[in-house]
Amino acid sequence: MELGFYALGRHGIRIITKVGGIFVLWGRFIASLRHIHHSPGLISEQLYVLGVKSLPLIIIISIFVGAVSAWQAAYQFKFIGAPLRYLGQAVGKAVVMELAPVLSALVIAGRVGAGITAELGSMKVTEQIDALESMGINPVRYLVMPRMIACLFMVPLLVLFANFIAIVGGLVVSVIGVEVSSETFLFGFRDSFKLADLINGLVKAGMFGFIIGLIGCYEGFNAEGGAQGVGRATTTSVVISSVLILVFNFIFAVILFRM
Amino acid sequence: MADALIQIENLKKRFNSLQVLDGVNLDIMRGQSIVIIGQSGCGKSVLLKHLIRLLDPDEGRVLFDDEDISELSSRQLIEMRRRFGMLFQSAALLDSLTVEENVGLGLKESRMHTEGQIKQIVAQKLEMVGLTGVGRKRSAELSGGMRKRVGLARAIANSPEVLLYDEPTTGLDPIKADMIDDLIVELNSRLNVTSVAVTHDMKSAFKIADRIVMLHGGKIEFDGSPAEVRATDNEVVQQFISGSSVGPIKM
Repeated sequence: MELGFYALGRHGIRIITKVGGIFVLWGRFIASLRHIHHSPGLISEQLYVLGVKSLPLIIIISIFVGAVSAWQAAYQFKFIGAPLRYLGQAVGKAVVMELAPVLSALVIAGRVGAGITAELGSMKVTEQIDALESMGINPVRYLVMPRMIACLFMVPLLVLFANFIAIVGGLVVSVIGVEVSSETFLFGFRDSFKLADLINGLVKAGMFGFIIGLIGCYEGFNAEGGAQGVGRATTTSVVISSVLILVFNFIFAVILFRM
Repeated sequence: MADALIQIENLKKRFNSLQVLDGVNLDIMRGQSIVIIGQSGCGKSVLLKHLIRLLDPDEGRVLFDDEDISELSSRQLIEMRRRFGMLFQSAALLDSLTVEENVGLGLKESRMHTEGQIKQIVAQKLEMVGLTGVGRKRSAELSGGMRKRVGLARAIANSPEVLLYDEPTTGLDPIKADMIDDLIVELNSRLNVTSVAVTHDMKSAFKIADRIVMLHGGKIEFDGSPAEVRATDNEVVQQFISGSSVGPIKM
């Protein structure tokens, strides 16, 4: 029994330490922003590595996200006897409000978040981060700030692309597989489209980008114990980011869509 | 003490249940070349990292130029660190950068030099460590000995007052290790720096030190000149320098 309490306490302390550490890193990131004008090269490199290089992956997943949502919607419509002319509305709403931001963020957490943790984690265990500090370079400004900014800007931008591609994917499936004309699909989409939905989706994406960047950097900076430790940190980073993305997505929905 | 550049006072550091440093007291004089010896895992590197606050002590303090380094603001800490140069055990070159970029990184980020000046300093430092024509290579393309030399060039790039060497010869064959030792001796005298090296390589220690300190059980076990180390009847020191498995040091 005592051993159980001991384990519980130790686990509790570890969680509190981690949450505290994440907030401290957040604060240090904010503080490092005053040197943002010294780091245009580092930031543009990360915008390219984290953002532009994620584009092919986003394109592929978005096509299939749009395609399956059109297919499923059509199947459900038939099941309940709803007219298929509303397909564009259903796919459009689902993609813009939920599917594109959430699924893109989860995939980006897997690609970018894992990449950040693995890179910073290897730098940590091979003393490269100590080396930066020994040269009087703030590692938060040099490593964290460019990555966080890249995540904050590029995730919404990628989600914007994802929206477009997913709608195209939905349209193609509707025309070829469900026999809804492109005019009908696009009319339905336009009819129900609200700019506010798109903006909410992009704001959410920014929040997800922030989570991916912050957790990715925190786990990398705290990796220890060689290759195994870096592997563990990378897994933890993706798991925590993914869970937080889904939790905050729900909180966002509850705040935004009051019944 | 007037010319002690670094003063370590009652330094204690624990990692989980392991008391690594247990009250270390050490004064490092200006211009001295001091080597800290001890078994692997006895806390030598931990001690070295405390000197530039890569680690914070649990108890005790480190003074640099009579100032407690734990009381420095982040700005002052950065300025203090720029007066140091450190060679890491694995050289710790940034893999994303070329050799030139690695050596010039501290200069570039301090924003006190033009690009032309940086280029010139980098070329000069690489030449000092006997490396020319590898500036464009990435660190992954270099051999262990070359990586250490680039690490050395990076450590001296900022013309530091103090050089810290963490196991400078570990992982190198005896000839390359000796070349690194020669280089350290040469740099120390040419640059007129204070240097602190940690090593368990006795050949290297005798070559580069004018004072040898042995760390054992988290405390300073012995402190003296290389000649005094050779002559001492301290059993712990004797066992260590002879590399014998029989003696007071238990594994």
